[in-house]
Amino acid sequence: MSLVSEPKQGGCALPEITRERGQRQVFCGLAGIVWLHRKIQDAFFLVVGSRTCAHLLQSAAGVMIFAEPRFATAILQERDLAGMADCNQELDRVVADVLERRPDIKTLFLVGSCPSEVIKLDLGKAAERLSERYSDRVQVIDYSASGLETTFTQGEDACLGALVPRLPALPSIERSLLVLGTLPDVVEDQFRRLFEALEIGPVHFLPPRQASELPPVGPGTSVLLAQPFLGETARALHKRGAALLSAPYPFGVEGTLAWLKAAAAAWGVTPERVDEVAAPAVARARRGLEHYREQLAGKRIYFMPDSQLEIPLARFLQRELGMELVEVASPFIDRQLMEPELALLPEGVRVTEGQDLETQLDRVRAARPDLTVCGLGLANPLEAEGLRTKWSIELVFSPVHGFDQAADLAELFARPLTRGALLQV
Amino acid sequence: MQLTLWSYEGPPHIGAMRVAASMKGVHLVLHAPQGDTYSDLLFTMIERRDSRPPVTYTTFQARELGADTAELVKDTIQACYDRFSPEVLLIGESCTAELIQDQPGALAQGMGLPIPVLPLELPAYTRKESWGANETFYQLVRGLLHERRPAPGESRPPRPEGQRPRANLLGPISLGFRCRDDVTEITRLLDMIGVDVNVVAPLGAAPADLLRLPEADFNICLYPETADQTCLWLERMFGQPTVKTVPLGIGATRDFIAEVGRVAGIDTGSIPMPDWSRMPWYSRSVDSTYLTGKRVFIFGDATHAVAAARVASEELGFTVVGLGTYAREFAREVRAAAKQYGVEPLITDDYLEVEARVAEAHPELVLGTQMERHIAKRLGVPCAVISAPVHVQDFPARYAPQMGFEGANVLFDTWVHPLMMGLEEHLITMFREDFEFNDASTPSHLGHGASPGRAPEAAASAQPEETPAAAAGDPAAMAWAPEAEQELKKIPFFVRGKAKRNTERYATERGIQTITVETLYDAKAHFGR
Ligand code: SF4
Repeated sequence: MSLVSEPKQGGCALPEITRERGQRQVFCGLAGIVWLHRKIQDAFFLVVGSRTCAHLLQSAAGVMIFAEPRFATAILQERDLAGMADCNQELDRVVADVLERRPDIKTLFLVGSCPSEVIKLDLGKAAERLSERYSDRVQVIDYSASGLETTFTQGEDACLGALVPRLPALPSIERSLLVLGTLPDVVEDQFRRLFEALEIGPVHFLPPRQASELPPVGPGTSVLLAQPFLGETARALHKRGAALLSAPYPFGVEGTLAWLKAAAAAWGVTPERVDEVAAPAVARARRGLEHYREQLAGKRIYFMPDSQLEIPLARFLQRELGMELVEVASPFIDRQLMEPELALLPEGVRVTEGQDLETQLDRVRAARPDLTVCGLGLANPLEAEGLRTKWSIELVFSPVHGFDQAADLAELFARPLTRGALLQV
Repeated sequence: MQLTLWSYEGPPHIGAMRVAASMKGVHLVLHAPQGDTYSDLLFTMIERRDSRPPVTYTTFQARELGADTAELVKDTIQACYDRFSPEVLLIGESCTAELIQDQPGALAQGMGLPIPVLPLELPAYTRKESWGANETFYQLVRGLLHERRPAPGESRPPRPEGQRPRANLLGPISLGFRCRDDVTEITRLLDMIGVDVNVVAPLGAAPADLLRLPEADFNICLYPETADQTCLWLERMFGQPTVKTVPLGIGATRDFIAEVGRVAGIDTGSIPMPDWSRMPWYSRSVDSTYLTGKRVFIFGDATHAVAAARVASEELGFTVVGLGTYAREFAREVRAAAKQYGVEPLITDDYLEVEARVAEAHPELVLGTQMERHIAKRLGVPCAVISAPVHVQDFPARYAPQMGFEGANVLFDTWVHPLMMGLEEHLITMFREDFEFNDASTPSHLGHGASPGRAPEAAASAQPEETPAAAAGDPAAMAWAPEAEQELKKIPFFVRGKAKRNTERYATERGIQTITVETLYDAKAHFGR
């Protein structure tokens, strides 16, 4: 893969990455369904898995049981394991059920899980078969979000990757900007306005709000990643001729500016013009951040591996809010996609890929950071040990990208500290 | 394959985790992929547990499947033993590990650890969470006490003169419904009638406590969903009788006291009702008259559902219009109770089916689980939660048992609270045209937006892209004349559904095609209320 990247400044060494293996404490890729199903409004996600998969989805979705969800699990039973023919028949029956209940659905994702992988249930074939059967109304697409292969946000990568072969071709004389990664609609609209002001376009987003309106891709496409965990999708787009823009991710003022400038460069728009267009939003963001800088500067933060957002967020907190990085751990580090971010990390910081839970917790206890970013299973136990924590899941469920969310993002980290200082009980 | 939107129970290994997490000195090693570690959050977030549950996962990945997962299992067990020094090790596997057949139990037993190592069979494709808890507790008790059972025919030594009878309280468990406070309440109740508690398990027990189980004179099966197998085994092996009445509600608490008396050989006939038992008088108080005949739909685990039906009908004067459980293992008990109340039992773990049946029954109150709370919210019906599956709200900071006399007080408060107060109901009926005072307003004591009223419309408009759930199941064939329809709207909303149904039934039975105002009042006179 060729990355369109700025030439590297000589002598700036990337931080060393320590790899760890051992017990992990993370969601599998199925958890991505929780936000993907809200984003893609005409899609339904049918997990083919076990009762555990259903329970995981339900637990990850937590309090979000307001309405009938656009996801469900086809739970494998004893007799499904006995014979594959029956298993396919059963799947067809369940799909018919789902589509009958939800006539509004235009795209059905069949999502593979550990059990469906282990019994080698071919969901690709099933998707083909079902696509044909429902060709007049629904496209059926398969991907695997099994915990054997995907960690948390990688589920989105697998889902979007499965969409790539279906994207219509962009006529070879045309060009477009494709922003990759789920963004809340409000953030998407902010970026759309900025690109418009910079006369960069046409701009498309993947995933789209409707899976039936897939963006085109071709040699004229420049891909700009809004999320750092979409390496497979980026590479698949590259195979379809798209060029990948290399940039830090749009968190904080610095990240967002650099991200916009990467797109600007590809469109021949000067960095000065980006500064000019973004000036009001940048000023707003800086004002917003000032307040949190007072609270966060000098505070020590530890990132447990979870969403793959750790490195960009650490960069933002260190460079714009003055926090001190104790350790930045990520479940998986895509060297290519992370290079612009790694280059911005301070020298000597420990960057860890993978996890060995117990020894990592030993390090947390030894370092006693002011704030530990971790999953829900660990937060209260660490709080009980007198450590302040930030739930990492909130970082993927809230609008945190771009200028106008920079202060909100900082606030997510400041809140546990403020609260800690406030409470007298 | 079973299509599932929301499930009442997790897989059986969650049940095993709940037993391990209830106890001290017990650790579970689970052969499972990384995603299965989500279950820690059930304990740390729902129950607000301040330490990680004692569970270590192997978190095997695809790359390990080709190689040696058995080695991974052994390394994990050794590391877990070295770090946590458990007194007893449970070995289980989740759904995926079951398929790859590494036999982690046998591997563990072959390692020669100097502690009891108990392999668990948790068939993930046929069984569920409660079964897993029941089985794990049984395997644990059996595993520790098997060697100590007396020879067949050997009888229990009589209780020493002057020693109070002792009982084990079995079944309370982590993530159970109000177990923490029920244990306190029942311990206090037993003390009042002269019985000491020997061991509470699994909640709070260590392996050494399980070894003391045979010292009790009898067992109290407080939560059959967790403990009925264990009680049966103890009864067979150690000759300990089982008290089976679950003291939920005033009547059941009295029956419980009587049964304990019989089993323990003590006279409980003269035990007075404690003066803090307020529920019977509150229910008799005239302000409660309005509770009479309130239509209640009940769904939950079998024990809580059956008990709730008795309290609702005998102690609050409600009418049971629906009764069901998601626990097939205990369907028999629910069927028997449903028969007694003249309703069709609902045995299903299909959330959508429950929703449809609740809608059909037009209840004025739903007593259910967190799932039914959502159903009720969508239908605009008041609801109180009576059973697991639980939510963070089911772990109140204050003392709030469900069992015993204080438990009955709590039931009265929590079930009656969501309902419209009696006089308020009448005022709405009389002044229904008052724009500020109509069926869209919430009961005044619940404040703004607290619950019933017409919440569903609000919820629906907040989620415009979602299809509203199962439509209310009214027969559509009947035509209503416009004036009759107007008149129907003047009937208070909480009885409107019933009036509508009765009128339609009346019309159908008489072959009336169009319902007029006359038909409406004829039907009213016919059915009375
Ligand atoms: S890790 Fe595998 S089995 Fe577990 S919930 Fe995820 S997909 Fe299902």
